[in-house]
Formats: sequence, C-alpha cells, structure tokens
Amino acid sequence: MTQPVTAVSPAGTPDDADLSLMLTIRAFELKLLDLYGKGLLNGTTHTCLGQEYIPVAIEGLLDPRDHVFSNHRGHGHYLARFRDPAGLLAEIMGREGAVCAGVGGSQHIRRDRFLSTGVQGESLPVAAGVALHLKRAEPGRLACVYVGDGTFGEGAVYEALNIASLWALPLLVVVENNGIAQSTPTARHLAGSIAGRAAAFGIDHHLIGTSDVAEIRRTLEPLVARVRSRSTPLVVEFVTRRLGPHSKGDDTRPAGAVQALREQDWYAWCAAACPGRFPRLDAEARAHIDAVAAEVTARGPSRWVQS
Amino acid sequence: MRVAENLNTALAALLAREPDLYVLGEDVVDPYGGAFKITRGLSTGFPDRVLSTPISENAVTGIAAGLALSGDLAIVEIMFGDFAALAFDQLLNFASKSVSMYGSRLPMRMVVRCPVGGGRGYGPTHSQSLQKHFVGIPDLAVYELSPFHDNLAVFEEMFARGEPCVFFEDKVLYTRPMGVVEPPFSVAVSGGVARVSLDGPPDCVVIAPGGVAHRALAAMRSLLVEEEIACTLLVPSRLYPFDLPDDADADIRAARRVFVVEESTAGGTWGAEVAHVVHRRHWGRLAQPVTLIHSAGGVIPTAAHLERAALVNESTIHSAITEALGG
Ligand SMILES: Cc1ncc(C[n+]2csc(CCOP(=O)(O)OP(=O)(O)O)c2C)c(N)n1
Repeated sequence: MTQPVTAVSPAGTPDDADLSLMLTIRAFELKLLDLYGKGLLNGTTHTCLGQEYIPVAIEGLLDPRDHVFSNHRGHGHYLARFRDPAGLLAEIMGREGAVCAGVGGSQHIRRDRFLSTGVQGESLPVAAGVALHLKRAEPGRLACVYVGDGTFGEGAVYEALNIASLWALPLLVVVENNGIAQSTPTARHLAGSIAGRAAAFGIDHHLIGTSDVAEIRRTLEPLVARVRSRSTPLVVEFVTRRLGPHSKGDDTRPAGAVQALREQDWYAWCAAACPGRFPRLDAEARAHIDAVAAEVTARGPSRWVQS
Repeated sequence: MRVAENLNTALAALLAREPDLYVLGEDVVDPYGGAFKITRGLSTGFPDRVLSTPISENAVTGIAAGLALSGDLAIVEIMFGDFAALAFDQLLNFASKSVSMYGSRLPMRMVVRCPVGGGRGYGPTHSQSLQKHFVGIPDLAVYELSPFHDNLAVFEEMFARGEPCVFFEDKVLYTRPMGVVEPPFSVAVSGGVARVSLDGPPDCVVIAPGGVAHRALAAMRSLLVEEEIACTLLVPSRLYPFDLPDDADADIRAARRVFVVEESTAGGTWGAEVAHVVHRRHWGRLAQPVTLIHSAGGVIPTAAHLERAALVNESTIHSAITEALGG
C-alpha cells in the first residue's frame, strides 16, 4: 500500500531522505548541463531544475505497483522512483548499463511500471488504458501521469479526461504548471484554467502552491486514497517554476524574470531554513553525482541487440 | 548563404508580398523564432500574421485549412515533423479531400512545413523522415527542402498548385550552404530538378531528395576517385507526384543503372514509388532493377553510435553502388 507520510521536519522543511533526493536530482540536472557545455553529451535534454520536489512528493504517495507515465522533462520522475542516476545517465550518454540500451535516450524510457515518451499528450490516453486494466486486474492501484501546462493544448488530453471520468478510472494526473511551454508563457497558450477544464469533465482538481514536500503529501494523501478506493480520476496541479532553459541554451526569458523564479526556488528556501544539514547533504549529493558521471563517462558504448 | 537563411528570407518575402498569408506554429514568434530559428524576425515584421500557437498540431492544421478555405494562404510549422502525425487527419481527410470532394475544384493554398531527419541524437520520436507516409494521397503534393532550389520559387510553386503541400526539411540542411558543388561536378537546375553531373555519360544515375543530396554527392566523389565510377545526381524538389524529367532520359539510357537514396527507414518508401516510375519508362533498357538505398528497418536510436549505424550515410551509398556494379 501507500508508503507512510513522512513526519514533518522542523519549519516544514523536508526530512533528510527527501532533501537528499531533491538535491541528488538537482545535482544530476546541473551535471547534464555541465556535460553538454563541455560537448560530452549528444542530442537534447530537458532538465527539471526547480521542479525536483514534485516527483519526490508524489512518489511518497505511490506504490511500486502503481504505474507512472512521464514526459520529456522526466529525469526527476525517474530518479524519484528508482534512485538510479547511473542507469539514467548511461541512457542519456549511450553507455553500457543504459536503462533502455541507449535507444530511447532522455525522453523514451521504460522500466518496470515507469514509461516516458517525448510526444506531448500521447501518454494521457495510454495511462487511461492502463488505469482501465488496473481497475479490474489490480483494484487499488493507479496510473499516475505527469503532464505540463503546455500539453493541455493537445486534444488527446481532453479525450482521455472525458473517458477517465465517464468510466471512473483510477487516473492521477499531475500537472506541472511551470508557467511556460518552451518559450510560450501559459497566458498565451491556455485560455481559462486547468481547474476549469477538470471541472468541465466533473473531475476533482486540487491546486498545490507550496514546495513543502511533507505538506504536499499531507494534503494529497486522502485525495489519492480516494482515487484508489473509489477508482476516480484526480487532477493535481502544481504551481511551479522552470529555472533552466527549455532544453539547452534556448532560454529567451529576461534574466530578471529567471532570477525572480530562483528566489522562490525550494533550494534557496531549504538552504536558508536548514543551515546545519543542507550544506552537508548538498555536498554529498554533488559528490555522488560527480562520481557517477566520472564512472559512467568511462564506460564503453551501450549495446543494442535488435530483435 | 546557408539554407536556413534562404528559407527564412523566402518566408519574409512571401509575407511582404502576400497580405493574406499567415505563418502559424509552436514558439514561432520572436525572440525565440521557432525551435530551429527558421521564423526568426518574421513576427517582428508581421505581428498580426505570424502567430505562436498552443501545442495543438491537429487544430492548427485545421485552422490553416480554414484560412485556405477563405481564400487566404497559410504556412504551418510543425516543430518536429514527427508530430505531423497529429495533423494527418486534417491533411488527409479534410484539406486534400476538399480540393475535389465537393464536386468542383476548391483551391486550398496551404503548406505544412516539417523539419525531419536524424543525425542529431533526438531519439526515435524526433528523428523520423515521414515523407513516405504522405506519398500517394490525391490532391496532396510532397516537396522537400534542397540546397539547389531557391525557397521563394519553391513556395510560389507550391501555392500555385492550389492544393495542400507538405514541405519536408531535413534538419541537417539548415546549417549547410546553398547550392555549392565542387568541381569536377557541376549543377544545373531545370523543371524543378537539379542535375549534378560530370562531363560525359554516367555509369549510374542517383535520384535523391534535398536532405540526402550532400551525402549522395560525397559518395559520388569517393566513387569517382576510388573506383572511377561516374554518377549523375538528380535532386527533385517535388517528391510526389513524381515525374522523371525528360533530360534524365539520356542519363538513364547511358547508365542503365538507377539508385534512389532517402533517409526513410526501410519499407513502403518513396524510393519504391520512384522505382515504379523508372521501371515503367525504362524497364527494357535497365541493366538491373532500381536499387533502393535508405536507412535500416527499425526505430532510430538516440545514442550517437547506434544512430549512426541506423541512418543512411555516405558510406552506405558508396557501398550499395559498388555492390550493385559488381565491384
Ligand atoms: C506533439 C508534440 N508537439 C510538440 C512537441 C515539442 N515540445 C516538446 S516540450 C514542449 C513544451 C511542453 O510544454 P509543457 O507541457 O508546459 O511542459 P514543460 O516543457 O514546461 O515541462 C514542446 C512544444 C512535442 N514534444 N510533442
């Protein structure tokens, strides 16, 4: 069943395990940008800098037998589930030990009950299909799908929400509303609101403004329990921030606007709130990722046996 | 001039000349100017007609069809051509059908631009060459970006057809120069087909769209130097409907061997359509059936070493030709 909700740390800061995971995801994403900068990575990547706390909070409410559908910005989703930076980095770098043999790369990963794909909106109907299966075959399990605000432009999202509501499917839709889609601010791509869109289908919607992991879990635990027990969809919308470029080096936002987002970042907030343990955990996370990167970079190329 | 700049300049010229032309696509406005920067500057010049859209390929292609239905012109940029799959219904079942299914000809002046192709490590859903999926649709023409065809003229031709066109742009071309061919090869363009040749009759004829033309040329150079095999390259701007240009007849009669190169993965390819046209016209004269050269069958992997092994390249072309010539 659901893992127990973590006890509240002083001043609402994450406990050591959660903080350490958030810092590991941050260090991983920064390392990717650094490797790109040095010309050591090929292809593209979308970092979740600023959004790390979301999958960390959500995974605390999920069971390994729940399904997770991730998207193009999925490193945090994967790391929060598997804590496997080496397998993920090997996938992104096409090295031995890659989770998907280097075929899928950053945006196309499947492992156990985790799956990501890079085409926006595609996974919502698929997650609904998996939810339909779970409802009959494994009652109490759910399908969780991460989706960005921009992806609400795709018609498939609404077709899936409609069916999920009509058929009462255990589908947890986690919206990471970071206020922007690639270069387009939400106000220029989304009319009305995500809440209004969920309401149109009779689907419960819950807005989360905080990045306090324990508080998020406390709020969501009964709601997610209802998805399981009553087998009904739920939309949880996080108001969050994308601190980095969309992919690499393609940020056209004014520096001041990005700086303002940095000031609201959980990282700054946690650093100030836990002066004792934060620097230690941060240094540990960075050292861990440095070691992983050095080790993975030295590996041979991934092997793919096409069948 | 680089290919991207030629394309950008053509779009700007069209917007200036055609007051009823719209350019629609995801993130196309300034300062971003599109994922591949092809629309850079256009929204600054024409803010009412160059519009960034939500992530809604299906609706946006339908909107272009609505504009075309109203007598306007529309260009849609699909950020990665792979997502033209989401626009397919509008193209197949509405825009192209409307040209004739209402019993009289209805001009639909719209172009859907699709950056395609691999070689950049973007992975299986961002690296495909979808041309083959658009071949054979009545009242829908397929074109491809080429370093030998000036884009303003190509867009004029597409709009003049009065039917929807899909314009494929191999992403690797954007940063390459327009139209340069090094001696001893020379290039001449006529009737929408660029012909790159040597003096004298060729040993084989290579037909390749713009995106693979530089790879075919590199193979032709190494074939000449290493094997003394002389090739003529034909680069058509329009892929479908495909016509063999008249002046290709002499080349094919002389060479008796024809190769079609494209980046598409194996199976149901554009090259198969071209081969059919060549076979119909030259069957008795050919030394062997047309040889199709394309990428491997299977998805296009992300990792550089795996992607390289999957995609058609200069050496695949070189060895396919030497093999067919019994070398
Ligand atoms: C069908 C489709 N269209 C376009 C894209 C290109 N694309 C990748 S991410 C992205 C923006 C997504 O925005 P959002 O859903 O808000 O997620 P965020 O990037 O902000 O996390 C776009 C347009 C795509 N991957 N799939």
